[in-house]
Amino acid sequence: MQQAVAFSASRASRRGASIGDPIFAGLARASGVLVLLLLGSLILSLFIGGLPAFRQFGAGFLFSVTWDPVHQIFGAGVSVYGTLLTSLLALIFAVPLAFGIAFFLTELAPPWMRRPVGTAIELLAAVPSIIYGMWGFFVIVPIMSQYVEPTLIDTFDGIPVLQDLFAGPPFGTGLFTAAMILAVMVVPFIAATMRDVFETVPPVFKESAYGVGCTTWEVMRSIVIPYTRVSVVGGIMLGLGRALGETMAVTFVIGNADRISASLFSSGNTIASIVALEFPESSAGSLKLASLLALGFILFVISFIVLAISRMLLRPRLKV
Amino acid sequence: MSATIITAGTVPGPAKDVQAARALGRRRHRVNLVVKVLCVVATIIGLLLLASILFTLLWRGATGLSLAVFTQTTKPPGSNGGLLNAIIGTLIQTGIGTLIGAPIGLMVGTYLAEYGRSSPLANAVRFVSDVLLSAPSILIGLFVYELMVQPFGGFSGIAGCIALAVLVIPIVVRTTEDMLQLISPSLREAAVALGAPKWTVIVHICYRTAKDGIVTGILLAVARIAGETAPLLFTSLGNLNWSISLSQPMASLPVTIYQYAGSAFDDWVQLAWVGALLITVGVLALNIVARFALRARS
Repeated sequence: MQQAVAFSASRASRRGASIGDPIFAGLARASGVLVLLLLGSLILSLFIGGLPAFRQFGAGFLFSVTWDPVHQIFGAGVSVYGTLLTSLLALIFAVPLAFGIAFFLTELAPPWMRRPVGTAIELLAAVPSIIYGMWGFFVIVPIMSQYVEPTLIDTFDGIPVLQDLFAGPPFGTGLFTAAMILAVMVVPFIAATMRDVFETVPPVFKESAYGVGCTTWEVMRSIVIPYTRVSVVGGIMLGLGRALGETMAVTFVIGNADRISASLFSSGNTIASIVALEFPESSAGSLKLASLLALGFILFVISFIVLAISRMLLRPRLKV
Repeated sequence: MSATIITAGTVPGPAKDVQAARALGRRRHRVNLVVKVLCVVATIIGLLLLASILFTLLWRGATGLSLAVFTQTTKPPGSNGGLLNAIIGTLIQTGIGTLIGAPIGLMVGTYLAEYGRSSPLANAVRFVSDVLLSAPSILIGLFVYELMVQPFGGFSGIAGCIALAVLVIPIVVRTTEDMLQLISPSLREAAVALGAPKWTVIVHICYRTAKDGIVTGILLAVARIAGETAPLLFTSLGNLNWSISLSQPMASLPVTIYQYAGSAFDDWVQLAWVGALLITVGVLALNIVARFALRARS
């Protein structure tokens, strides 16, 4: 009797296995496929939504610098320019800062300091982007318009190329300020990645360099950086990917203008900011909405490429 | 004897010239010092930026904190409104978004760690999930707009939940996969040796062992979506009236902050700061809790 119970129990559990296993495996697999479908439908929906704009304006849409809602003529040129300019400028500010922080955290900081300082830098990445927008608008913009921009305009006055780059009324808003805010936002991502890849350098390499009398900086320059170069570039690309699509922070400080000027202090637009700002004013089915979706498609393609490269560079060294 | 011969005779370079050696040594240490100082300065700048943000929020937000913020709904400018509907809206959308996204993310992470491993399909899923992790969140908003808002003829709370769920998935996938891979094979083998089917091993052994890490991932995902504005602009839209219906436009803290901060009314801007303080404190607290949970485990 007892045997029979045990027997039927084990049969039941085996039956549980033979039904449960394929169901669970199927569910897991289906979820994986769902993620693929998600990305596929994301691309497809943006493309289909933007199709009327692509049809109307052709390939010229990408380069046209006209954004004229009154005459229903739309081009991506201004916002693509703004997106690339602000993101690249942000990297120029962010990379040295992030490198310094990563260097400090891996080589210089006393052990008790690493964790709290590292956490504080990571928290910078957790602050919602709308907060960066408000902070940028109410704190950074006044500083830029009163101190930084007038100083830069005066400093470069009379120097051929630079006087055009740093020109115009110092409103405080514009591409330059947007790039500064973006830089603050991507520093924690780049710094955290750099710190993690720096920590993958085998201690023996560093110790042998210290052993022959290298200074900390020489170890960094001749051992750590050559060893991690590819991943460091990957980390920077990750930061670039983040900067390209950042919306709310940029929307607050970019100034929303539909033209390209030589000056970095002029107002502009990025793809993300123009979508956020113009979307409420475009009715469903309009050519303007289609153009915004087409812009979204372009943004997706750009950030997809950047993120894919970043991942390729980082994957061998680090699981990011 | 032989050592003196080597240093004096065969090795070229500044070793022969004591003066040059000293100068070179001084220069190397000066450069080293300069770089070190610059790195410390960079770190201080980073910390000051965080401090500046937190201080600004406290300074501008704390003065407007009052009970009315939590008991009144948003009202027209000048009539002492609060943020109740925005707070509730954020809780609802974040909650439902997590409830939809986290189980999917958990299953995808399980698939990657336990079933797919390094098969072509798993590699593709891993790649796509990584791209989604850093993809511009405003595009998720546009996508859900095309998917749900346009076909069904209106902005709705549920569309906002879906947009947030899409953001949750890749975060949970990453932590789940990492945590499942950390489990020692002997634990699994022991369970398998007792005759447990694979799914039982995963649910009862692996999930239980990796529980803290998985929960951390979900907490981080909650912290991320609670502060998201861009995906909600085109989906749940925001609502200045009281509404907890998922089929109607729904308010949320970030979107309300966005609307209020850009307005010309002082009391609205003040409320925007209060909302900003609330959301930041909430998000950062979640992050710190999640980190401590993870640290306690590792």
